[in-house]
Amino acid sequence: MPEQLLYAMEVTLNGLMAGVMYSLVALGFVLIFKASGIFNYAQGVLALFAALTLVGLQNGQIPFAHLINAALGTNLHSFGWKLPVLVAIALTALVMVGLAILIEKLVLKHLVNQAPIILFMATIGLAYFLEGLGDVMWGADIKKLDVGLPQGISETVESVTDSIFGYGFFIDNLDIVATVVAVLLVASLTIFSQYSKQGRALRAVADDHQAALSVGISLRFIWVLVWSIAGFVALVAGIMWGTKSGVQFSLSLIALKALPVLMLGGFTSIPGAIVGGLIIGVGEKLFEFSVGPMIGGATENWFAYMLALIFLVFRPQGLFGEKIIERV
Amino acid sequence: MFYREAGDFKTSYRQDSQTFPIRFDRWRFYAVLALAFGVIPFVINDYWANSVFVPFLIYAIAAIGLNILTGYAGQVSLGTGGFMAVGAYACYKLMTSFPEVSILIHVLLAGGVTAAVGVLFGLPSLRIKGFYLAVATLAAQFFLVWLFNKVPWFYNFSASGQITAPDRTVLGYFVTGAQTSATAKYLVCLVFLVLVALIARNLTRGTVGRKWMAIRDMDIAAEIIGVNPLTTKLTAFAVSSFFIGIAGALFFAVYLGAAEVGEAFGIQKSFLILFMVIIGGLGSIFGSFAGAAFLVLLPVLLKNLLVGTLGWPTDLAAHIELMIVGGLIVVFLIAEPHGLAQLWRLAKEKLRLWPFPH
Repeated sequence: MPEQLLYAMEVTLNGLMAGVMYSLVALGFVLIFKASGIFNYAQGVLALFAALTLVGLQNGQIPFAHLINAALGTNLHSFGWKLPVLVAIALTALVMVGLAILIEKLVLKHLVNQAPIILFMATIGLAYFLEGLGDVMWGADIKKLDVGLPQGISETVESVTDSIFGYGFFIDNLDIVATVVAVLLVASLTIFSQYSKQGRALRAVADDHQAALSVGISLRFIWVLVWSIAGFVALVAGIMWGTKSGVQFSLSLIALKALPVLMLGGFTSIPGAIVGGLIIGVGEKLFEFSVGPMIGGATENWFAYMLALIFLVFRPQGLFGEKIIERV
Repeated sequence: MFYREAGDFKTSYRQDSQTFPIRFDRWRFYAVLALAFGVIPFVINDYWANSVFVPFLIYAIAAIGLNILTGYAGQVSLGTGGFMAVGAYACYKLMTSFPEVSILIHVLLAGGVTAAVGVLFGLPSLRIKGFYLAVATLAAQFFLVWLFNKVPWFYNFSASGQITAPDRTVLGYFVTGAQTSATAKYLVCLVFLVLVALIARNLTRGTVGRKWMAIRDMDIAAEIIGVNPLTTKLTAFAVSSFFIGIAGALFFAVYLGAAEVGEAFGIQKSFLILFMVIIGGLGSIFGSFAGAAFLVLLPVLLKNLLVGTLGWPTDLAAHIELMIVGGLIVVFLIAEPHGLAQLWRLAKEKLRLWPFPH
């Protein structure tokens, strides 16, 4: 097999894996958009916040230590213990649920019936707030997140591909784990929404708010539920991205990367989020591989947006989105 | 008492349709102009110019530009930073290619170039609406910043990749470069702001503005009553980008002096200007001023309070500032979705009745 083709295959595989990572973030967007019609810009910051909290809890950091030190002149840093990974993850999940309840009580409840654009802006405000809060609580330095996920090149894949093609593919173990986790996550979300009582209520709300209210479904409970699930998805995404590139501010920018994924897949479709993520992942890696060197590289910064933009001109609702019908 | 239409008789159509129909408002407007042109230039110093007045004036121009697109025409844009970068780089290329032409003309031309780019990125708005469009404008933001980073022609092949404004004068006074006085910086920006505000105000009152608002309120209905969506949306993009381009050119040439595109015109700038428009009030020229003033003053005040008075570390103050700005946006959207401009409107209504509310 020609070498170029092998490289392209490797790039494609890596692109698929990167796409899965985008999908993880996009998934949270879709969940909230379906259930409440809110385009939640804060999803990326939720992932950052979850990762920060996880690291902080794991290392026994004292929350707001920086602030307390500045205000009172003390010199606090940590409680001096280390929590086991699973306990820390469970506690972080609890924090995310608490956050969901607070967001519903303090923000969303007051914004019912506002125009979607106002709600969108509110989530941008929320994103800023959470970003500041995360930094004040746990400090803004880059942290290493280690929950025991395998990292580095996968030797199995390398040896298998080496024996078939005579060229070992370079694939990160973490990406493989992320793919497995994403599949599990989507499967469990699908089972939850199809077969559980709460899941049915969720789908009812997604279909029609008023009809759902009239058959006795509590909208507020559903919103808390959906934001909790989104918080949990954010936690998973935060763990994956945090392990990959460290917990830092740029983590919140992956939310921006998830936006073109959503546009491609359609805002209302969970399979769309996955397929969109894969297309974007493969597309930008292949583009960078083939055209990138000719025009100066770093095309990953904008390729996804341009692809989505051009795609949308031909199909405004995305791949799997519901057809947009407008009435006067 | 003073604040009412009664007794202010209009004897011509011209008077009847003037911008400020109430006499008190008119005098207040002249008083503000007199203060801005006659007093502040003589008392301003470098600190006030660089940390408050010049950024306020430039951001107000950008906010007016974005307000035309988002507030009046209803097309949400997250590409403001990218368009400001176009203005800055166009101005830089013009300044270095034609040194003998006045900088004022360069700034206007930079606005024109930005308008053309804006129209180009506005074309998809005919097919894409709402959130989808907001995300599509991100394509402009990231692509333009990448372009200015990667193509050396734009920064004249300088080793650092930065653009630096050469010294230019207007009427013998330096307005760009290191020797510029605070007064000159302030006055140049002020002149542009006043012109932009007057043009914007009158555009939004006329046919063009009404078409924009019709498209914003419901584009299909507007199309049915004979508003051409193509020209209307594209003029909104063009006018808005023109103003934003001017703001970008001034931001680079007069305020910063030297700029690196990712730092000066990144996505954060887009959000900052969007926040100004929201906090100030969508669809209001006064709101653009109020929002810009608010978001320029807030960090300065917070920094003085937290770092200056309490002596806290700067990074902590920056994080608390993020929290406060984010929190304020949420609070504003809940309490007054129409922004500071709406509070101003309510105050004026109250004033009309005062002191006899019944």
